Amino acid sequence: MLTSFITDYVRYVLKGGAKFYTWMGVLGVLILGMLYVFYLQNTDGLIVTGMTSQIHEGLYFANLVFLVGVAAGAVTIVFPAYGYHHEGMHKVAVLGEMLAITAVIMVMMFVFAHMGRPDRLWHMIPPWGIYSFSSMLGWDVMVLTGYLILNFVCGFYYLWCKYTGRPINYKWFLPVVWIAIVWALSIHTVTAFLISTMPSRPMWHHSMMPIRFITTAFAAGPALIILAFLIIRNNTKFWIEDSVIKLLTTIVIWCLGIAIFLTMSEVVVELYARTEHANGLYYLMFGLHGLTRLVPWFWTSVVLMVGAFILFLIPRFRNDFKLLVIPCVMAFAGIWIEKGMGLIVPGFIPTPIGEVTEYYPSFVEWLMTLGIWAFGFFILTILLKGAIGILLGEVKFGARPAAGSLGAQAAAAK
Amino acid sequence: MLSLSSLMGTAALMAESDDAQAAIEWAEHFQKNYRLMTDEEKAEARARLEKRYSEEYGKQVTVDTTPAQPGVLMGYALNIRKCIGCRRCVHACVAENNQSRGKNRPGEKIEWIQVLRMERGKFDAEKMNHGYPEGLGIQVGGNAYTPVGQVLEGQYHYTPDLVPEKDATYMPIACMQCEKPPCVKVCPVRTTYREPDGVVVIDYNWCIGCRMCMGACPYWARRLNVTNPVLPKEEMNPVTHYLGNRPRMRGVVEKCHWCLQRTRHGRYPACVEVCPVGARKFGNLLDPNSEVSLILARKNVFRLKADLNTFPKFFYFYD
Repeated sequence: MLTSFITDYVRYVLKGGAKFYTWMGVLGVLILGMLYVFYLQNTDGLIVTGMTSQIHEGLYFANLVFLVGVAAGAVTIVFPAYGYHHEGMHKVAVLGEMLAITAVIMVMMFVFAHMGRPDRLWHMIPPWGIYSFSSMLGWDVMVLTGYLILNFVCGFYYLWCKYTGRPINYKWFLPVVWIAIVWALSIHTVTAFLISTMPSRPMWHHSMMPIRFITTAFAAGPALIILAFLIIRNNTKFWIEDSVIKLLTTIVIWCLGIAIFLTMSEVVVELYARTEHANGLYYLMFGLHGLTRLVPWFWTSVVLMVGAFILFLIPRFRNDFKLLVIPCVMAFAGIWIEKGMGLIVPGFIPTPIGEVTEYYPSFVEWLMTLGIWAFGFFILTILLKGAIGILLGEVKFGARPAAGSLGAQAAAAK
Repeated sequence: MLSLSSLMGTAALMAESDDAQAAIEWAEHFQKNYRLMTDEEKAEARARLEKRYSEEYGKQVTVDTTPAQPGVLMGYALNIRKCIGCRRCVHACVAENNQSRGKNRPGEKIEWIQVLRMERGKFDAEKMNHGYPEGLGIQVGGNAYTPVGQVLEGQYHYTPDLVPEKDATYMPIACMQCEKPPCVKVCPVRTTYREPDGVVVIDYNWCIGCRMCMGACPYWARRLNVTNPVLPKEEMNPVTHYLGNRPRMRGVVEKCHWCLQRTRHGRYPACVEVCPVGARKFGNLLDPNSEVSLILARKNVFRLKADLNTFPKFFYFYD
């Protein structure tokens, strides 16, 4: 039965038209590019990136932090589905789990890209390696791995039941779902602790970090989900109810609002007293000692986030799903900057001994980042397509999938 | 995906070396964390490294594994009043400790000591109305807002004809060998730890290059080998310690270790030995008659960034 599940799943996913294969082919080329720069990084070293001993975390760490948020953001579907028994959400909860799986895998790939010695990763995995309970990074790896497993189990058990037509065993399924919901908060909280527990970096050293992470995650995550759902609605037979998108929109708006409020609070607190500890933020907003590379990034993100919030408040943009795409893209992009480059890089400027240097991602870093995102979309396409096939009943135990044209339609989902 | 990545890393590792070299590196790749090794395994690791280094650098290289000596807690004191900013300590440190010294790309040059040059600063009658914020008239008049004194916003890339310069003071800084080191706490693989004699060390063969320690260090003491270290054969110092100055590899973090290869055998660190004005003092904190203990007993001493509760064993003092 398991083998037939796998073969049916693969067969359904592989079936697709020119559009599907072009999409996957383009992603494949980018993935090859990523493998090449990964090879460069592991022969010549991280010197091929823009990172230095002064600014030793850059685009990779920025993406890592952001994607942990996207992974946690999937809970904005799962929680209303199981906590509030939202009918529409319940139908699509498994899609949220697929997104979470993808995002966590991308996070892990960014960890590999970031590490100086990825060949020694086993050093942190017992029994061969050592697990350190005092290290936040250790905790982060643990909660992320746990989250991946939880979502894999929840998502694929649900699909498995749909596929075989068996009833879901709620006795263990519901508790696991609830653990996964709480766990989602933990992954982003621990990631926030990762950087906020370092007094050596005053820009990050405040207790607002976890809530800022959660609110930005619950804005960027569902914004991406809305986009994905709109694409699925328009391109496949799978119908996602209006109420789902409306509820997600509400979550995005108010999490975005709180995120903007928290950012403003930080600006006031830091710049009113303007101690040396505010140098990082000052560099980000206005530049320091004539170095201003991140200034355009910051103001772009402010315009995108505040602009998205204002658009969201206009009813026309919420109710017309064609217009809704605009603020969603803006919010997603704005948070990607704010929480990525705009948060990680200025933490290192100036260094603890007062040296002001700058960082800019090299071509290798851009290609690697692009490649990992391509890889993410690659898996996401496969996971969503397979899941939709099962939810639609096109992939079912005992029935040969004969839905070639439908497969092509599902392919266009991405 | 996970296995794919580690395979690629391993492939990259194997692609860059010759056969014998590869065999040694292969064995090195699977050795344990230094602290967990039995004496036998330590001897094996030592022999392996000595063989590899001797071949690589064309001379007899020794890798010492002398452990911390009982009754010793190392301490360091620096007289900031005496420092003239000549940076002989920086250069002696690089030569002694086999740091990467390439000139072509910025990341190839690693120095563990920074001598910060700080403006003396002065108050000036002409600047008396430079209030803050300028032009808004809120706090204007009677103040000049000039940075004066040790503000830790120094510059260590200075090239004067003569030192000391009139308008500057100097503040050397390196690893503080904290009693409560934040770098040790954040290390996910416990590759960096504090030895019983108080020195924070790194097992370079166990480091995964995650750089959490670099982020956690409030003194910017740690450096990443962003590429294969550039260490010319003739300049390589063959007297090394496993936890100290043995040549490092690409992708790992390194820092000052108070010249373990010297200090574990009763010698001074290179920077202490070379200092022309005697600003640097080193000794056993548990011995009441050591120079460091006498300085702690008699001078005005301070620790850098004491508010962070890292409890450095590197003390600054002035006469």
